Amino acid sequence: MKTTPLTSVHESLRARMVDFGGFYMPVQYTSIIEEHNAVRNQAGIFDVSHMGEITVKGKDAIRYIYNLVTNDISTIADNQIMYSPMCYEHGGCVDDLLIYKNNDEDFLIIANASNTDKDYEWMLNQAKGYDVVISNESDKYGQIALQGPQAQYILQQLTKTDLDGIAFYRFKNDVIIDGVNTIVSRTGYTGEDGFEIYMKASDTEKLFRKFMELGAMPCGLGARDTLRFESALPLYGHELSDKITPLNAGLKNFVKLDKNGFIGQKALIEQNEKGVDIRSAGLEMVDKGIARNGYEVFNDKDEKIGYVTSGSTCPSLNKNCALALITTEYTKAGTFVYVDIRGKKVKAVTVKKPFYNKKYKR
Amino acid sequence: MKFTKDHEWIKKEGKYAYIGITDYAQQQLGDIVYVDLAEEDLVLQQGDVLCAVESVKTAAEVFMPVSGRVIEANHELEESPEKINENPYEAYLAKITIDDETELDELMTEDEYNQFLESEAE
Repeated sequence: MKTTPLTSVHESLRARMVDFGGFYMPVQYTSIIEEHNAVRNQAGIFDVSHMGEITVKGKDAIRYIYNLVTNDISTIADNQIMYSPMCYEHGGCVDDLLIYKNNDEDFLIIANASNTDKDYEWMLNQAKGYDVVISNESDKYGQIALQGPQAQYILQQLTKTDLDGIAFYRFKNDVIIDGVNTIVSRTGYTGEDGFEIYMKASDTEKLFRKFMELGAMPCGLGARDTLRFESALPLYGHELSDKITPLNAGLKNFVKLDKNGFIGQKALIEQNEKGVDIRSAGLEMVDKGIARNGYEVFNDKDEKIGYVTSGSTCPSLNKNCALALITTEYTKAGTFVYVDIRGKKVKAVTVKKPFYNKKYKR
Repeated sequence: MKFTKDHEWIKKEGKYAYIGITDYAQQQLGDIVYVDLAEEDLVLQQGDVLCAVESVKTAAEVFMPVSGRVIEANHELEESPEKINENPYEAYLAKITIDDETELDELMTEDEYNQFLESEAE
């Protein structure tokens, strides 16, 4: 199992550690609900050093990425970030990415931890004919997510850079935090305002401890999951996979079908024209029970219409909800469906996503 | 009180017995948010699923430590499932009658259970 620059910190804090996609990661330090609430109400810090960092540099960098992903990278400015699925020719997802643009010839791509090696290989294979150098830099970087309404207040105490100057989905290089050189972006995976901070692996522990001193609560993968789930942010392997297209997942805003060529375009245009038969829907449990990943979903005639991709209690909403991939005709808000929970059909209703209204600073 | 390898406890009081999950089990589950209670009056065999306990992260089935009939589910847990985290040996899941008390002899004593936990940790 791979470790991160913060593994010894997690162990000293007596976190419960698990194998997450090949990484030895903290699932919780004290209580998932406490950690979840800290992020919603104050601030939390997450070790996200397991995320992959892949650089794309060279004369053709922008042209290469334009072809590689479904979103239109030509529309963003320097120091801006774009979210995009990256698809196979058949339209299924290789991964979903954050793409940081330094300039037309220099990009930093953030990949899901367990997908990084697969993504890197895929990216190398798509590079023929492009003047680009692609490099997997994941081991060199540590990454901390500082999230919550108090995130900016905490971070501002440690840097002279005016954080108001970093807008949503923007980033800045060479931000000095408590003497450490970092990249700071206003991004996250919690539905709250906050930052993702990249630094040299060896500097990560110092900053993590500093944020703790200033009141940020260490949060594990458990809270990371409930926070992203309430905000209906997709998780690769659940809402997205090589068999689930971005159109199935409801990510059409991030697929520019009229682009001048990208991998998967033909399949996605065809799917869009034929009609997307199954889609990701938000479910709220009407009767008691918690729908979990993989549970089957039925209509009122007891016919199977799909399955749950993520399900949990929502600590901020006092409800049990689920994201489910179901036949499109049942996705309209207000439709009653039934989730098979240990052999019992438990009533749920489709609702608009997200479950929790995101509190981003625009 | 006797213990199972699946981390249930059973405590006999008069003609009834109470069943719950151990302190170790509640720690492993983390914040318990829901209990899918046992069906009352159901007759179950040793090892059958009695009910389910759900934490934020996962659902865990609870098995019958011995054969018997469910007399009563602990409805208090519908409103406050966190009582299992707070006091796992008070917050019972079900009250049962035992069919065959010799089945209790197959279960672990507290010392044996603690030894079992130690051996599992290695």
